Amino acid sequence: MTAHLHLWLIPLLPFAGFLLNGILGRRLPKSLVTTVALAAPLAAFGVVLNAALGAFGIVSSAASLPVIETCPLPWINAGVLHVDFSFVLDQLSLVMLLVVTGIGFVIHVYSVGYMDDDAGYARYFSYLNLFLFFMSVLVLAGNALVMFVGWEGVGLASYLLIGFYFQKKSAADAGKKAFIVNRIGDVGFLFAMFLLVANFGTLTFTEISTKLGQDPGWQGGVVTVIALCLMLGAAGKSAQLPLYIWLPDAMEGPTPVSALIHAATMVTAGVYMVARTHVLFDHSPFALGVVAIIGAATALFAATIALVQNDIKRVLAYSTISQLGYMFMACGVAAYSAAIFHLVTHSFFKALLFLAAGSVIHAIGGEQDLRKMGGLRKKLPVTFWTMTAAVFAIAGFFPFAGFFSKDAILYAAFLQGTSGKVLWFVGLLTALLTSFYIFRLWYMAFMGESRSPDVHAHESPWSMRGPLVILALLSVCGGWIGLERFGSFLAPSVGARAAEGGSVHLELILSIVAVAVALEGWLIADKLYRRKPARPAQWAAALPGGYKLLVNKYFVDEFYGATVVKPLLAFSRYFLEWVVDVGILGGAAWLLGGVATFAGAILQHWQSGNLRSYAAWLAAGAAAVLLFLLVPWATVLATLPAIHLGMAGH
Amino acid sequence: MNSLFSQEVPLSWYLLLSAALFSLGIVGFLIKRNLITMFMSIELMLNGVNLSFVTFAHQWHAVKGQIFVFFVMVVAAAEAAVGLAIIIAIFRTRATLAVDRVDLMKL
Repeated sequence: MTAHLHLWLIPLLPFAGFLLNGILGRRLPKSLVTTVALAAPLAAFGVVLNAALGAFGIVSSAASLPVIETCPLPWINAGVLHVDFSFVLDQLSLVMLLVVTGIGFVIHVYSVGYMDDDAGYARYFSYLNLFLFFMSVLVLAGNALVMFVGWEGVGLASYLLIGFYFQKKSAADAGKKAFIVNRIGDVGFLFAMFLLVANFGTLTFTEISTKLGQDPGWQGGVVTVIALCLMLGAAGKSAQLPLYIWLPDAMEGPTPVSALIHAATMVTAGVYMVARTHVLFDHSPFALGVVAIIGAATALFAATIALVQNDIKRVLAYSTISQLGYMFMACGVAAYSAAIFHLVTHSFFKALLFLAAGSVIHAIGGEQDLRKMGGLRKKLPVTFWTMTAAVFAIAGFFPFAGFFSKDAILYAAFLQGTSGKVLWFVGLLTALLTSFYIFRLWYMAFMGESRSPDVHAHESPWSMRGPLVILALLSVCGGWIGLERFGSFLAPSVGARAAEGGSVHLELILSIVAVAVALEGWLIADKLYRRKPARPAQWAAALPGGYKLLVNKYFVDEFYGATVVKPLLAFSRYFLEWVVDVGILGGAAWLLGGVATFAGAILQHWQSGNLRSYAAWLAAGAAAVLLFLLVPWATVLATLPAIHLGMAGH
Repeated sequence: MNSLFSQEVPLSWYLLLSAALFSLGIVGFLIKRNLITMFMSIELMLNGVNLSFVTFAHQWHAVKGQIFVFFVMVVAAAEAAVGLAIIIAIFRTRATLAVDRVDLMKL
C-alpha cells in the first residue's frame, strides 16, 4: 500500500477520452479525435503495465499484491451495510486488466483504419473509450456493487455500440435485444447481492471469503442460491444457455466492436465474475455442477450451430459462445486458473479472428456471406496468414495458444471422476466441431477460387494490419507460459487447483487425443470444402430436417418469441396498456382533471374582474374574521341551550 | 368652561372617530366608481388607522405607535405618487376613470 499505483487512473483516462470525444468530437479535427481516442487506452495500459512489472518482479516495487485503493469518501452507509468505492488490484484483476487495456488498445488502433470513412467517427471512439472505462471499473471492483456499476456500464456501452448503425432497424433491434436479455441476467446478480447483504452483511469480496472461511457451516443452502443467482448474471453477460441469444445478433455492430466487446473482453466478464466470487462456488458443489453442465452444454450447442452458418461473423459469434462454454466448464470443475488462462488466450485469437474477418469484410466492400468469398489468400496475404494463426490457435494445434488452455480445461475436467469424463468427452466433441467449422470458414473465405470475381479485394491499411500481426504473435506464443506458471501466479486470487490422480503421462495422452481430434476436424473440413465441395450441399439435402434445425439455430429465437416475447407483448398491450394505463391511471388522471374543471367552472364566477366586488369580499372576509375573534363564541354557545330550555319551560 | 377643556377626552371617543373614518373609507371604496374618489377613500382608511395608533400611543405612553404612524404616512405618500401616476396612465389610455370599465388586463 506504500507505493501509489494510481489505479483510479485506469478507468478515468478512458473516461476523459469519452467525455472529450463525446462532447467536442464533432468539432475537433479528426486527427485530434484519433489522438485522444488512442492516447486514453494507451495511457491506461501504461498504468497497468507499470503495476504488472512490479507484480511480476521485473522491476523492484514496494507494492505487493493485492493493492487496495479506496475512495476517501464513503459511498453507501446504511445500517450494517458499508460500501466503499474501492478498487482492488490482485493477480486476477491484473491479468484481466492487461487483456482489457492491451487488447483494447490494439483494437482501438485497428478501428482507426476500419472506421476511417465513417461519419460517426468521434462517436464511435467515445463509446469505445466509455466501454474501457466501465470494463476497468468492473475488473478493478473490490466489492460486488462497484462491479455491478461496471457490469451495467459495459452493458450500456455494448448497447450503444451494437446499435451504432442505429438507422438500420436490425442494428437497433439487436442493441435492444442485447440490453433486455442482459437485464434478465442482471436480476440474478442483483438478487445475489441482496442475499449477500442479508447473510454476510457485506459486499466486499475479501470479507465474504473471510467469513466463509471462518465458519465451515456455510455449505450449500443459501450459498447455493447466491451462487446460482450469480451464475444467472454470468450467463446473461457471457452469453450462456439459456441467455446466449443476444450475442449472435450483436454482430450488427462494427466488426472491431465484435472483436473487443463481444469476443475478447466484455463477454468474459461472467467468467471473471465467477472466478472473482469463486469462494461461494467452492462452498456449493451443486452450483459448481450447474456451472459445469451449462458450460459444457453451451459449448456443444453453440458449436453445432456454428457448423452451418454462412455469415462469417455469425460463425465467429457462435464460436465465441462455445468457447465461453469451455471457460464455464473449467469454472465448474473448480479449475479457475484454467478458465482464466483460456479467457486470455481466447481473447488473443478470437479478437484476431474477428479483426481478420473485419479486414476481409472491409476488403471486399462489406460482404459478410462466406458463400460469396473465396480465393482471398493471394489478395489479402497479411490477413490470410494472421487468420491462419488464429484458426490453428482456436482449433487447438500445438504449439498455438489455444492448445495449452483448451488442453488444460479438458485435463481438469477429465480428473473430476465419472461426471468429469462426460464433461471431457463433450469438450472433446466440441473441439472436433470447433476445428471443423473454423477450417470450413478458412477454406470458404481464403481458399479455392473467388466466387465473386467482379469484387476487387484490396489489403487493409497498416493501422489494421499492425494489430493483426500483434495479435497473431500473441495467438501463437500466448500459451507458452503454460498453465503451471500461470496457475501459480493466479493462485493467491483464485486458489490453487487441487488435482488428484493426474500425471504428466495422462496429460500427454489427453493432449495427443485432443490434437488428433482437431486434426480430424481439419481433415473433414478439407475434404468437404476443398476436395469435394459438392458434398456439403448433398448432405444438407439428404438430411433436410437436421440441416434446417441447425441453420435456424434450433429455432430458439422463435421458441422464446412464442413463449416469452409474445405473451409479454400481449400482456403489456392488453392488460398493461388498456386496463392499467388507459383504465386505471388514465381514469384517475381524467377524474382529477374533471374535478378541477368542475370546481373551476363554479369558482370562476368569483373572479368577475370587478374591482369593487373584490373589495367587498375582502371587507366581508375581514368582518368575518373580526366577528370570529371578538365574539366570545364559547359563552354564546353555552347560553344557547339554556335559552332553548327556558323557552321550553314556559 | 374650564372643566370642559381641561378634561381628558375619553379613549373611546378617539376610537369611535377612528372606526367611523375607517368605515367611511370602506363604504366610499365600495360604492364609488371614480378611481380618484376610491383612492381618497383609501387615504381615509389609512388615516383612520393612524388615529387609533396615535390614540393608543398616547394611552400607553409608548412611542412605537407614533413611529408606526410615520411609516404609514411615508408609505401613503409614496403610494399616492405611484397611484396617481397609474391613474393618469389609465386615463390616458382608456379615457375613463370609471373602475367598472377598467376590468381587463389588456386594452
